[in-house]
Amino acid sequence: MQGLKRMLEIKNLFAGIEGKEILKGLTLRVNPGEVHAIMGPNGSGKSTLANVLAGRPRYEVTSGEVRFEGKDLLELPPEERAREGVFLAMQYPVEIPGVNNIYFLKSAYNAMRKHRGEEELDAIEFLQLVREKMKLVELDEAFMNRGVNEGFSGGEKKRNEIFQMAVLDPKLAILDETDSGLDIDALRIVATGVNMLRNERHAVLVITHYQRLLRYLVPDYVHVLSEGRIVKSGGKELAEELEQKGYDWIEEEAAAAR
Amino acid sequence: METSVQNAIRELAAERFAQLGWPTPQLEEWRYTNLAAVQKVAWRTEETPAPVDLPSTLASRAAIELVFVNGRLSGNPAGWPAGVQVAGSDTTIADWDRNAMVALNLANSQDGATIKVADQAIVDGFIHLLFVGSGDGIWSHPRNVITVGRHAQVTIVETYVGNGSYFTNALTEITAAEGAVVDHYRVQFESPSAFHVGNVYIRQERAASVTSRAIALGSALARSETHVALAGEGATISLDGLFVGTGSQHLDNQTVIDHIHPHCESYELYKGVLDEKARGIFDGRIIVRPGAQKTVSRQENRNLLLSETAIVDSKPTLEIHNDDVKCNHGSTIGQIEQEPLFYLRSRGIGEEEARSLLIHAFASEIVDRMKIEPVREQVRRQMFRAMPERLPERRGSSR
Repeated sequence: MQGLKRMLEIKNLFAGIEGKEILKGLTLRVNPGEVHAIMGPNGSGKSTLANVLAGRPRYEVTSGEVRFEGKDLLELPPEERAREGVFLAMQYPVEIPGVNNIYFLKSAYNAMRKHRGEEELDAIEFLQLVREKMKLVELDEAFMNRGVNEGFSGGEKKRNEIFQMAVLDPKLAILDETDSGLDIDALRIVATGVNMLRNERHAVLVITHYQRLLRYLVPDYVHVLSEGRIVKSGGKELAEELEQKGYDWIEEEAAAAR
Repeated sequence: METSVQNAIRELAAERFAQLGWPTPQLEEWRYTNLAAVQKVAWRTEETPAPVDLPSTLASRAAIELVFVNGRLSGNPAGWPAGVQVAGSDTTIADWDRNAMVALNLANSQDGATIKVADQAIVDGFIHLLFVGSGDGIWSHPRNVITVGRHAQVTIVETYVGNGSYFTNALTEITAAEGAVVDHYRVQFESPSAFHVGNVYIRQERAASVTSRAIALGSALARSETHVALAGEGATISLDGLFVGTGSQHLDNQTVIDHIHPHCESYELYKGVLDEKARGIFDGRIIVRPGAQKTVSRQENRNLLLSETAIVDSKPTLEIHNDDVKCNHGSTIGQIEQEPLFYLRSRGIGEEEARSLLIHAFASEIVDRMKIEPVREQVRRQMFRAMPERLPERRGSSR
């Protein structure tokens, strides 16, 4: 029996891309207020999980179930998942020249407000909100009037993801290897953004290959993904163990258990 | 008032058109466009057009605006900008010997702007030439002759609009003397049942710099031709084009850039957006003559197809007769890309709006670099109108 309302419930999920099955029976529960880290070697299915949750086209779910606040998430198109409060910070944010950053973000923000039956913000109100969040991720205001991610460095793109997350204030934030390729300052900013969401209304799923980010952003739970399934779960100390010992021992353990 | 010399051109051109006849798809440069539907109408000219509404007027923004209704000057413009005079023209730089539609224009030439910008004159703002077609079965043959003096600078906007099944066969000639700077816009918003043929001939002397922009959004069938002669060392031409077609529109764009002298540069970017059963054509020729060493030329045509039934034909051609040149060209035809579309949707933006943002972004490369704000706004509005479902009006643009 749980007193808590479940936020995300993934049950025995099988999914893949272009006929190749990558997730093979993944089960995970995330409650409001929790930060979960999903770790695992390359090819274990980490990014597939992120993309399936966000509804990226071409990813196919063959069986299993994903419920978000009780709703069938897999039924919804990507924009409706976002409006319900699911946010994916992408591993490789795309550049969209000609679509103004701030105009794009305002459209997104107001689409969510509209979905919640709230009044849309006007340009001035929105700009105030944006300025406040921009300070947090240390992004220069000049970025806002460029095309979406246009000409941004790798680190700037990732900070822009966190900035969007801060503005859109999702219930569930999924960070798909947001930490890879970041210097320590950028890493700290990502952690600040995530720690901001650390309260009983939000939950965070941090997908990462390295333990580095988890020093700044201490997870409540750590799960190890191997060959499309969660093979080990634990507290934050599991991440440290993985950092020292690598993934091999877990994979061996998992193989022995099969 | 016409001079006898002009009458001589008129008669010779009529004779030449009788010999050439209407262009047919048998001609290489007309292989994609058939004027049979235009040819079969018994067109008449209207000598005294009735007044019409002018939704596209920019009178309050332009240095001066001239309005032509069915080829005839409407009203008397007052207050020409300094350095500009209205002069007669008794010669032509257009190739009426080979180009039948030019011959047809010269044979029937009506009013048009004949503008002479004095040497060194810098004309503030822009000169707006508004051509309005009105009624069915009427053709018009406006001819504009723009002569820009040494080191002079001017911006000229031609806008074509109207109501009905009329036919506009326009000709614009631009001569840019040494060091002249010309920004030229041709914005075609003709009625959906109109036909439009527009020929532009540009001749540039030493170090003259010309930008000519061709926007094609209207007409059932439209053909735009731009012919550029880089006839002096160090001249630079930029050709920007945007054609947006929907329904069963046919939008043909032909450009020829002739590098005659050394050290000239040409930059060309044409973009097409085609939906439903529309067809777009880009046929761009760059010629580098044997004496045109150190030529720099970049030509690009990019097209976005929004439906399975839309068609685009892209034919960039380089004819290079000199080794010491830097030329490249390219052409792409694609659909809306999935990655940006998913990115926008993953932030809560609905699919239709996301598509519209991306179409807009595609066109914005051409639209955003148009220097005249009211013209930019008109082009954006017309795009929304052309594709009401795909391009909902933007509210509170933050640009």
